[in-house]
Order: sequence, then C-alpha cells, then structure tokens
Amino acid sequence: MADVTAAAASRRTWQPMISAALRDPKVVVGGGFILLLIILALGADFIAPHDPLAQDLMLGSLPPAGMAGAESGYWMGTDDLGRDVLSRFIHGTRVALTVAFVAATIAALVGTVVGLLAGYFGGWIDVVVSRLIEIWMAFPAVLLSILIVAILGSGVHSVIIAIAIIDWTRFARVVRAETMAQRQADYVTASTVLGFSRLGILAGEILPNVLWVVLGLFTLELGLAVVIEAILSFVGLSVSSDTPTWGGMIAQGRGIIYQAWWVFALPLAGLLATVLAFNQLGAGLRRSLDPVMQR
Amino acid sequence: MAEPLVETRGLTVDYATGRSLRGPANASTRVLRGVDIRIDAGEIVGIVGESGSGKSTLGRALLGLVPASEGQVLFAGHPLNAQPDGALALRRHMQMIFQDPMSSLNPRHTIRTILTRPILLHGIAANQAAADAAAAAVLDRVGLPLEVLARYPHELSGGQRQRIGIARAVMLRPRFVLADEIISGQDVSTQARVLVLLKELCAEIGMALAFISHDLSVIRALCHRVYVLNGGVVVEEGSCEAVFAAPQHAYTRALIDAIPLPVVGTGWLAA
Amino acid sequence: MSALLSIENLSAVSRRDGKPILRDVSLQVESGTIHGLVGESGAGKSTISKIVLGIVSGGVVVTAGRVMLDGNDLVQMPERDKRILIGSQLALIPQDPLTALNPGRRIGDQLTDSLRMWKGFNRKAAWVRALELLDHVAIRDPARVMEQFPHHLSGGMRQRVLIAAAFAIEPKLLIADEPTTALDATVQKQVLQLLKRLQAEHGTSVVFVTHDLGVVAQICDDVTLLFQGKVMEQGTAATIFNAPRHAYTRALLAASPRYDNPAAGLNPIDDAVVAACYAEIRQFDGVQHG
Ligand SMILES: Nc1ncnc2c1ncn2[C@@H]1O[C@H](COP(=O)(O)OP(=O)(O)OP(=O)(O)O)[C@@H](O)[C@H]1O
Ligand SMILES: Nc1ncnc2c1ncn2[C@@H]1O[C@H](COP(=O)(O)OP(=O)(O)OP(=O)(O)O)[C@@H](O)[C@H]1O
Ligand SMILES: [Mg+2]
Ligand SMILES: [Mg+2]
Repeated sequence: MADVTAAAASRRTWQPMISAALRDPKVVVGGGFILLLIILALGADFIAPHDPLAQDLMLGSLPPAGMAGAESGYWMGTDDLGRDVLSRFIHGTRVALTVAFVAATIAALVGTVVGLLAGYFGGWIDVVVSRLIEIWMAFPAVLLSILIVAILGSGVHSVIIAIAIIDWTRFARVVRAETMAQRQADYVTASTVLGFSRLGILAGEILPNVLWVVLGLFTLELGLAVVIEAILSFVGLSVSSDTPTWGGMIAQGRGIIYQAWWVFALPLAGLLATVLAFNQLGAGLRRSLDPVMQR
Repeated sequence: MAEPLVETRGLTVDYATGRSLRGPANASTRVLRGVDIRIDAGEIVGIVGESGSGKSTLGRALLGLVPASEGQVLFAGHPLNAQPDGALALRRHMQMIFQDPMSSLNPRHTIRTILTRPILLHGIAANQAAADAAAAAVLDRVGLPLEVLARYPHELSGGQRQRIGIARAVMLRPRFVLADEIISGQDVSTQARVLVLLKELCAEIGMALAFISHDLSVIRALCHRVYVLNGGVVVEEGSCEAVFAAPQHAYTRALIDAIPLPVVGTGWLAA
Repeated sequence: MSALLSIENLSAVSRRDGKPILRDVSLQVESGTIHGLVGESGAGKSTISKIVLGIVSGGVVVTAGRVMLDGNDLVQMPERDKRILIGSQLALIPQDPLTALNPGRRIGDQLTDSLRMWKGFNRKAAWVRALELLDHVAIRDPARVMEQFPHHLSGGMRQRVLIAAAFAIEPKLLIADEPTTALDATVQKQVLQLLKRLQAEHGTSVVFVTHDLGVVAQICDDVTLLFQGKVMEQGTAATIFNAPRHAYTRALLAASPRYDNPAAGLNPIDDAVVAACYAEIRQFDGVQHG
C-alpha cells in the first residue's frame, strides 16, 4: 500500500516541464528559428526554388523581390553570376548546421570530461589541464583555426576538427571551475559518507549540477561555430568553393557590395539571427527546465 | 567494560597550509593534539568548544574524512585506515548530519532520489519500488508529507530540509551518526523538534550520536556525556550532569558562565 | 519617562504579492532603555528596524502607521530632513561584523567618517576622538588597530569597532540587529557587557533585535514579541519572563534549552499553539479586509 502511494507521490513527470518550456517565449522564438534552419538544411533540394549552382549571366545581379528591376521567382535576387541568392542561402544552412552541431558536440564532450576530471581530482591532472588551457588561450582563436585548417587542408572535416580543437578549452575551463565549486559543497561530503565511490559521485552527483552550465555554453558554442565556419569560408579555407556556404556568400558579396548588396546582406543577417537564436534557446531551456532556476 | 563503538587514540590532525612566503615550504597547522575519546554503542556524546577549537575536524576524523597524522581512529575495534575491502560495509554504519541542510542536499536531485539512492547502493532496498516504500516510511517517521518526495531541496523550508538530512542518515540504520552544529541558525521551535526527533531515533535504532555544538544548553539537554575541546585538546570530559554541576577546568567554567539563561534578574551581565 | 521612539499602528505589505509583513505594530522605546524585538525568523524584526532607519527595501510598502522619533514622524518627513535626522541621531550595529566594514579601508578611516560628517570634526580631531573611542570599547593598542584593515581583526574585535563607530556620533537611538549572533558565547558576553556599559553611560536608547530569549532576559528592559509581523505580547522583561500571558510566549520559553534545568527546556512547540497563532493572524487579516 505504502509503496503505491509513494510511487504516485514521488513521480516528478517531465510533461509539465516540457510544456512550460514550450510556452517560454525564448524557447519558442529561438527554437523555432533553429527548427526552421534544420528543415531548410534537410530539405534544401526540395525547398530551394533554384539550383544554387546554376549560373545565368543574363540574370546577373537581380535585386530582391519588390525592388525595381526584380525578376519574379528570385525572391532574394541573384549574384553577379546570376545564381539565386535564396537558394544558395538555403543550401548554405547545411554546412553551417553540420559544422555547428558536430564541432560543438565534440568540443563540449571533450571539454566537459577534461574539466570534470581536472576539477574533481585536482592534483597533477589539474596542473596539466590548467597549463594546457593557458597555452591554448594564449593563441588568438581565429588565427589558430586558420593555421589548423591550413595544415589539415580545407574541407568540412578540417573545419570541424579545427573548431573542436580550439574550443574544447571553453568548456574545460568553465566546467573545471564549476566542478571545483561543487566539490566544496556538503552534498559531496555527504555522498562520500553515504558510501558512493569517487566516480559515482562525479557522475551521479556533480555531473547533474554541471550539465546546466554545459548546456548554456553549448548553445553559445553552436552560434560561435557557425561564425567560425563562416570566417573560414570567407578566407576560402572551408569547403570547396562550389558548395554554397554563408561565409563564402559573404566573401563574394563583399566584393560586389555596391552592385548587389543583397548577396552580402542575407547570409550576414542569417548568421546573426542564428547566433541570437541559439543563445535565446539556451537561456530559455535553462529557465524553464533547470530545477534550481524554478522559483 | 564493553568495547567502545568509536574510539580515538592519541589522535593528531594537521592541515597543510600550503607554501607561505615566510614560513617553511609546505607548512602545516596542528588542529588536534593527542585526542582520546570514546563513544559507546547507543550513547549520545556532546563535543563542545569555541569556534576554531577543532570540533568539526574531530568529527570528520571520526568518519575518516580527514586523515590522522598521528594516532588512530577505531570503529568497533578496527582501525579506520586499514579497511581495504570492507569500506562500503563500514560506511553504512557511520553517517553524518550537516550544519547547512541546503548545501548537504544535491540541489538538482529530487528528495526521492536523495533518499533512495543510498539505500539502493547498500542493497537495503532491492529495487526502486522497495526504496520508494522505505522513503515513504521514513518521511512519515520524521513528520513530513509524502508530497515532498517530488520536490527539490530549494522547494522545502530550512526545518524540512534538516529532516530530510536526518532521514537520509537514519535510513541506512547506522550504528553511529555525527551531527555537526545541526541546529545553529534555526528557530528555537524548529530546534526543539529536530532535537527531540533525533533523540527518539537514537533510541529506536540504537545508534550512537556525536553531537557537535557550541550551545551548552542544548548539549546539557540532549547528551549523556560531553567532551570539551579547546585549542585542539580535550580539556574536560565527563557525564553532562557532573560537568555542568561542577566544571573542573577554567575554560569549561567560562563557557558555562557565558550562556545567557532565559531568566530575568540573574545579574549575569554584571558578573 | 517619555518615549524617544514611538511606533504607532505600523503596517507593511510585500510589494510583490501584497502579503502582510507587519500587522498593526505599536511599540514605545523609553529614553535610556533597551527594548528587545524578539521573534522567530520572518517575524518582521529586521523590517521594523529598517523602517526606523529609513533603509527598508522597495519590496516592502508601509501601508499605515507612524514612526515618531523625538516628536517627528519619520514616515511622513521629507527625504532630506529624514536623512539628516537619522544620520545624526540614529546608529546601527549590524549582525555581520565582516561585511559591515569596508575590507579595503583602514579601520581609522572608517571610524572617522561619521565624526567628520555629523560632528564637524576635522581629520586630526576625528582621529584623536576615534582613538579614544577604541580605547573605550576595550581594544588594546588602539593606535595600531586604527592603521589595520578589517581582515586583521577577529570577529569580536570587529564588533567592538562597529560599536565604537555607532557610539561615535553619540546617537539618541541605537539599533542593534542581532549584533552578537555571529560570535562565540564568551565573546558575545563581553560584547553585551560593553554594549550595556556604554548604553548606561550615554543614556542611549536601544532597539535590540534578537531571536535569543536568553540574551533578551539579560539585557532588555522591555520586550516586544512578534509572530508573522504581529505583536503577540509586550511588556517589561520581568513580566514576559516571569508571568507570560500569551500561550506562544510560554511555548517559546518552554522550547528554549537551559543548562540549569534541562527538563524545563527543549519542549517542541505544540502544533495547537502555532495553529492558534495563525488563527489569530487570519482573524486580524479578516477584520482588516472585511
Ligand atoms: N581544510 C582546512 N585547511 C586548513 N585549516 C583548516 C581547515 N579546516 C579547518 N582548519 C582550521 O582548523 C582549525 C579548527 O577548525 P574546525 O573547523 O575543526 O573548528 P570548529 O571547532 O569546528 O569551529 P567552528 O565552531 O567555527 O565550526 C581552525 O583554526 C581552522 O581554521
Ligand atoms: N525586500 C523584501 N521584499 C519582500 N518581502 C520581504 C522583504 N524583506 C523581507 N520580506 C518579508 O518580510 C517578512 C519579515 O522579514 P524580516 O527580515 O523582517 O524578518 P526577521 O524577523 O528579521 O527574520 P530573521 O530572524 O530571519 O532575520 C518575511 O516574511 C520576509 O519574507
Ligand atoms: Mg565546525
Ligand atoms: Mg532579521
């Protein structure tokens, strides 16, 4: 009898929290935008009105719809080679999102594990990790990424590796500090007294507390990775130039900014909106899901 | 005489104070000096002293949380540091209740998780259903409603959190519990309830309790015996009755004289 | 005897949810006496002292009542006049002696501030006076302490410094909000003795906030016992402790541990008593709204 009531009383279901998250404006706006990007990336072949690579010099530098000289069907205009800007933008989400999710996940995984170990065990592990982070942070991120890609050769893989190599320290640094702070809390001593092993405490007690910080960083990192990819494309070090990317579009658009500013404007706006959307999504998720933030 | 449950022999504890510019490299401070105490099964023992006298350090040493530099701590006759395999079995029998109940409960676990994880670890409950039943039973015992199982620590009041801390410790049916300043900062009404509950639980489970406090009035009401600590040394020990009736050491007398009683016209301030 | 501070029918609510924080509180602090403000956590002790000091946060709205200091209503008074009156006649001894002192400034500089601001001392005269004050609160080697920073001092020393600072402007009214809660018992006793001595010498009135009934019995002349912002019992210390009328007072006394008579203390408060207190509160709120 008692167990039935206990089980009933103690279930903390996720349903109300998820519906709270779905009612949070930050989650709705940020998540909605990201969802839209994902749909665009997955369905680019069907959604994009034109072949992103098809050139037609007769239709070069067409302005976006609604402006004088616009051609119907080219909503965002065309570039100087007559390629449809909207279609190129839609196809560009593929590289942007792939790089963002893969690179940020690798950086987060590596950084979190390293940060947890350094923060929890201290000693020589911590000394090594701290030194490593210091050395890493001494290099400017963009220069370092250019260097890494220059060494590895261009391509999506290299970009992902470069971003992960550079940005794991962001996670490691914060997670290490947070872990050290959590380690001081009495609940860790309590767990020791209760008989939990050191790894058990790290995984079962400290990790649930650190994960929320990682979530915040992860959404920041997603935005950052999109930006770094764009920068690498911009300097021509990302994927081959026949794959449309936002960075490539920005680089191209910069050159013809006086003839066709829209080539430059759309990917730039997309970039900013993506960074913002990821940040909002992260803040909203934390606000609505983290038990400690519920007041 | 029966074997003591917990015993220290010449316990000395040093804290590393790190490298200082003036002192020698890797200097350390001696916080406990040759402490001998014993706690028998089922006994409630008070440990008093002023801030920095080493009470918490002694308590932590009793649980093996800080290493002894000299001397040893024995639990049921076995030295604490020589327990390679039986560590988990031993852990179960030495529990602790903390001063700050907020900090001692994981902020991102529900009360249900907090109460059931340890008994599952020790195999006291075979599965989650049994653990839930045990949690429900202990909540009832400490006077909390079942609803709190689904809550997080910050959703409880200070007094409720303290009960959860007590419940978590007694669920393992330990033979020894350490309570370090668990009532400081609480209202007298909460304080009295917590202490009465603790006293009853000690009797029910037959567990021994080491009760660290700087409040001698509470010690007098709760404990059988008391150790008075000053500067890392036990300066006086004895039954509460004897020590309070006729304190032998000047330091003990000063501590007792410093307690303001809720009685008017004692001339306490003038003394 | 005349009341130096007279709080009349003071009520306050929380701005966020409109919940009452103070319920029609009245109390008089006679000049030259120590008035204890007692109650459990959340009773509104600090809120009252903050309203008197004019430092109550925006989250608390005073809805009714007067706070008369020496014939002036602090609630109605223009902000500027209030500041001058409070600054020159009131002083606070806070609970936490560490955070109350600026960690980056020397003790001497902090002690001389109020002397220069409110007493018109020049730098040199203020320094000399501050030395005297430190000597007065039984700090050994005051000249050295004047040059030190707060972290050089123990908790008891810091609290002495704060007491010296409070008496520096020779206030008419001193508000001490749990001034000894953070201290060891032996140090607490010394600090209380010091406070009592200075209070008697200067004829200062004191509002003494605490939840420790033992301290109240030893140092206070009059007592106001609060529960959830409502006065439960009020009177001289002798009547409160020797002949308490309210069941809540009796229950609190029975719950307070005492080493001289262990059986008399540590009796948990009966749920019925607490329920009766809440009923009293609800009835009061009902009358207010009905
Ligand atoms: N981790 C530590 N490293 C270095 N010194 C420490 C450490 N913990 C405590 N100390 C020092 O050891 C001494 C005794 O500390 P302890 O916490 O045992 O005292 P206590 O009697 O519990 O005091 P309190 O009543 O303030 O809790 C103090 O001087 C303290 O500064
Ligand atoms: N800034 C504020 N905004 C809203 N409510 C407040 C604010 N400050 C205090 N309160 C509420 O007013 C009530 C009384 O608080 P107060 O701090 O005066 O209590 P207290 O008697 O001093 O308690 P303690 O012994 O814990 O210091 C509490 O319920 C508190 O939640
Ligand atoms: Mg301690
Ligand atoms: Mg207060």
